[in-house]
Amino acid sequence: MSNLFNSMIGWIDKRFPLTSNWKAHLSEYYAPKNFNFWYFFGSLALLVLVNQLLTGIFLTMNYKPDASQAFASVEYIMRDVDYGWLIRYMHSTGASMFFVVVYLHMFRGMMYGSYRKPRELLWLVGMCIFFVLMSLAFTGYILPWGQMSYWGAQVIVSMFGAIPSVGEILQQWLLGDFTLSDAALNRFFAYHVVTLPLILLVLVFVHILALHETGSNNPDGVEIKENKNPATGIPVDGIPFHPYYTVKDIVGVVVFLMVFCGIIFFAPEMGGYFLEYNNFIPANTLQTPDHIAPVWYFTPYYSMLRAVTVNFLGIDAKLWGVILMAGSVVIFCFLPWLDRSPVKSIRYKGPFFKIALTLFVISFFVLGWLGTKSPTPLYTLLAQIFTVIYFAFFILMPWYSKIDKTKPEPKRLKE
Amino acid sequence: MADSFSIDDEMSGRRKFLVAATSVAGGIAGVAIATPFLLSMMPSERAKAAGAPVEVDISKLEPGMLLMVEWRGKVVWVLNRTPDMLASLQKVEGDLADPASEKKQQPDYAKNRTRSIKPEIFVAEGVCTHLGCSPVFRKDVAPADLGPDWLGGFFCPCHGSKFDLAGRVYKNVPAPTNMVVPPHVYLSDNRLLIGSESEGSA
Repeated sequence: MSNLFNSMIGWIDKRFPLTSNWKAHLSEYYAPKNFNFWYFFGSLALLVLVNQLLTGIFLTMNYKPDASQAFASVEYIMRDVDYGWLIRYMHSTGASMFFVVVYLHMFRGMMYGSYRKPRELLWLVGMCIFFVLMSLAFTGYILPWGQMSYWGAQVIVSMFGAIPSVGEILQQWLLGDFTLSDAALNRFFAYHVVTLPLILLVLVFVHILALHETGSNNPDGVEIKENKNPATGIPVDGIPFHPYYTVKDIVGVVVFLMVFCGIIFFAPEMGGYFLEYNNFIPANTLQTPDHIAPVWYFTPYYSMLRAVTVNFLGIDAKLWGVILMAGSVVIFCFLPWLDRSPVKSIRYKGPFFKIALTLFVISFFVLGWLGTKSPTPLYTLLAQIFTVIYFAFFILMPWYSKIDKTKPEPKRLKE
Repeated sequence: MADSFSIDDEMSGRRKFLVAATSVAGGIAGVAIATPFLLSMMPSERAKAAGAPVEVDISKLEPGMLLMVEWRGKVVWVLNRTPDMLASLQKVEGDLADPASEKKQQPDYAKNRTRSIKPEIFVAEGVCTHLGCSPVFRKDVAPADLGPDWLGGFFCPCHGSKFDLAGRVYKNVPAPTNMVVPPHVYLSDNRLLIGSESEGSA
């Protein structure tokens, strides 16, 4: 039997690089031996991606991208399609969990300096994945054509209208109409199920290729490829990804699925944070709900969008809000060049970086919380203060990371 | 594959010119083929034809009442202002960003203190000039959430922009300009045509 198997593999290997790729990316891909909790989230993001693709395909079998039928078709999936509720809740919960794991994955990179040389491109490809993910979440949220779908889309598309001179024509081009209507729903469906998933798959493939070129970073920020066993050419602090980390990741998958199923079965709406109550009302083009807020993963940026209330530097408040909101996401791309610290990992960085990162995380959470609230003068002031802290983390980084008191990095991994 | 083959040697004169010419021609073809796809995303002929004017009967519109009409997929408000409401327009002027309606957000016949043809009847697109939400009509004076200085107006629930009862934007809110007054004309005392300035196009 094993002879037959071996000869089959041999037959394939002469025609397709199967064994060599298996070795290069799994059984002989050497990863640092000290991966900790924070290293679960890359593989979990892949798991959620598969979940979104599979459940998404089955949802398209019953969903209708038509402004007069979309809302009813989602209710049809929920009530009349066998297990439709399960597939839809897997998809909607998957969207939120995608952001949970991706935010933790990005935070890991910020703690351990995974964006630093030689992984700048890896980080940039990751940021592109994040942008596509945001677009997917936005276009997906429009599809049920509820009140939040409609008015959320109205706000986001109007932001393009804030761009001077070309804004209005660009907005019409995006909408395919003079207002948000059936034409826009139809094309956002096309983006959500065809364009963006294709781009996402290509980017994820490139992300993994780039990772396997530079090799993984680790909690100590030590380059394991700089210390290879001269006889074998294998990094002395590396272990093969398979079976060591595949087994470890399976444990992560099991725990993740327990949480995931818990949400699907017991709290799929998550108190209005994963599925907002106003979105159970069909879109009404004549009336904005009294309280509108985006889904939780967009609330920090949403807070910054509405934080600017005064015109300055000759730019009006509306355009400033859009600039700040876009800037708050794009600024992550510059991290590899903003960080001037001699060491990568937070373990060897000094107090300035630790304080700055803590303040950044606090401002991210506070802005996120404020984004779920109605604007009042106090909340607007808070949003302004924490927007400044958020940007200060990035803009002041070249300065505080340079003068910070660091500890020397070890030559070998400790654990 | 000879090792001595060098791109530099070969990339001279005629070959260089041909490579450049082919690249330019290919680029032009790329732009040309992209054009129909990009233009197919503009509003269709059907969407362009859907913007016909709407006629409204305002005979039953009591003072203080707001009527919502749909025009071009947008909500248009028709508000019958009471004398108190009209009086409030002057009181709030100090807090407004553009009290005299200098920015062209209205037809010339509505560039006045009440931003209307008839002083009491206010017609405006119910769309916030910030990011397109529809503000809420708040005629209650000095409510708890909007403060004691509130004399009635429109409040946008999305990002907190405030407008007075003539759709004029307050200072220090996200919205940059006054609300848009659409073209409109009175066909008779109680018949209002929204979306056109001449009686003939009805």
